[in-house]
Amino acid sequence: MPALAGKELRIVGFLCNWCSYGGADTAGVGRFSQPTDLRIIRVPCSGRINPLFVAKTLLSGADGVLVSGCHPRDCHYAEGNFYARRRLEVFKRFLPTMGIDPDRFEYTWVSASEGQRWQKVVTTFTEQIHKLGPAPRFGFAHEQNPATAAAC
Amino acid sequence: MTILTQLKEQITAQLPKLDMVIGWEQGYDALHATPLFMRAAEDVERLQIGPLSVHNTATYLTGLRNKKVGLVVKGCDSRAVVQLQQEGLIDRENVVVFGFPCDGVADLTKVRRLIGDVGRVEEVETTPTELRLRVDGREEQVAMSDVMADKCRRCQYPNALVHDHFAGKPREPHATSDDYTDVQEFESQSLETRFEHWKSEMSRCIRCYACRNACPMCVCRDHCIAQSRDPHWVTQDDMVREKWMFQVIHAMHLAGRCVECGECQRACPVDIPILALKRKMNKEIKEVFNYDAGVDPQAIPPLLSFQVEEENINERGW
Ligand code: SF4
Ligand code: SF4
Ligand code: SF4
Repeated sequence: MPALAGKELRIVGFLCNWCSYGGADTAGVGRFSQPTDLRIIRVPCSGRINPLFVAKTLLSGADGVLVSGCHPRDCHYAEGNFYARRRLEVFKRFLPTMGIDPDRFEYTWVSASEGQRWQKVVTTFTEQIHKLGPAPRFGFAHEQNPATAAAC
Repeated sequence: MTILTQLKEQITAQLPKLDMVIGWEQGYDALHATPLFMRAAEDVERLQIGPLSVHNTATYLTGLRNKKVGLVVKGCDSRAVVQLQQEGLIDRENVVVFGFPCDGVADLTKVRRLIGDVGRVEEVETTPTELRLRVDGREEQVAMSDVMADKCRRCQYPNALVHDHFAGKPREPHATSDDYTDVQEFESQSLETRFEHWKSEMSRCIRCYACRNACPMCVCRDHCIAQSRDPHWVTQDDMVREKWMFQVIHAMHLAGRCVECGECQRACPVDIPILALKRKMNKEIKEVFNYDAGVDPQAIPPLLSFQVEEENINERGW
């Protein structure tokens, strides 16, 4: 059993290079204590984040997904986060019909200087995911296919 | 003159200027129609319209972009034409649209659930209220009200929204609004029930991609990301997760574009109720952006634009 089983959950964060990744760095340099469940993936811009990244992550077993980009009007590429906001909002609203709690996914904005805000975002989101507990799982491949399951 | 006769005359008159006109004819039996590609005047004779003309003819448009194509459309098919035009995926001047007032189509899955898998149907007589099928010398009657496709009950656009020719007189809409009660009902169940519902439905999916191929707005054809190995969005594993991922891809790629023609679900050989996913998406698109796909040729689809201050998006306070 992994040492942290039962304690840590699997949370994936997609952060834009210019603001939020910098914000997370600022929080680290400032030695702000943060929960350690989050695994960060750096992308050029929140506009690069296809909501399907989030879908794939959730369906692949993540318990929560956090997206963070530059504040509206502050996008390094001027408009990326405006498009992202529409797509991500629509995707978040879609989740309930799949039977996935929409609270498992959040998107927000953190700038490079907002180390403290980053700490708050990570802490709040991690607490939110811990309240929900582990996400429903699909089981192993053979359990997912009635034909092969019968043969096993 | 019946609407069909008038339509045939209009098509025959335009045919010499066109490479083809797409409509419907009887398929392998009297109950199943199939798309008809009219190239010569004698082909027009085989045209049929009515409750069995279920296919969305607009699905063929993007594949025929360099041709002059005539298209016979129901209201819902015409919305696909509008949406394709909005996205610059067709050249409107190359398309001649033939409209007619649509009284609704039959959902053959409902017919089968009512009378069973009866095999080859010899003859179908359609009246405004009934389908009378002759099978094996017997007659089976089903009321249109029992087998009408759900989309037709809530149809607000039964008359082609764009058309160059129109046969008959425009009819009253079948409904004046859509309150998405089906989506609300589904979501009144617990999250676990919903998750298990899709897990079980998706386990039946055979990944034939008929849902995608029938969709007028799925224009990527051989470049669909479901078949790309790099990036590898869905694997070849026979797993619910992969099948479901594809349905999420379809719903997301159709967000703000789906005209709710229902072709995806109709084409599904195992009757997976996937239209529910698109209905949900459309409900949210309507709520957030007050947008209906394929209605206004001048409109910009909501996910292809933005507002600096969004009216209906409340961002999380934290
Ligand atoms: S949705 Fe409307 S236009 Fe389409 S088949 Fe039904 S009644 Fe006809
Ligand atoms: S997703 Fe389904 S309902 Fe929507 S446009 Fe495509 S085929 Fe029609
Ligand atoms: S048509 Fe039905 S069985 Fe085929 S891929 Fe789509 S959902 Fe699966």
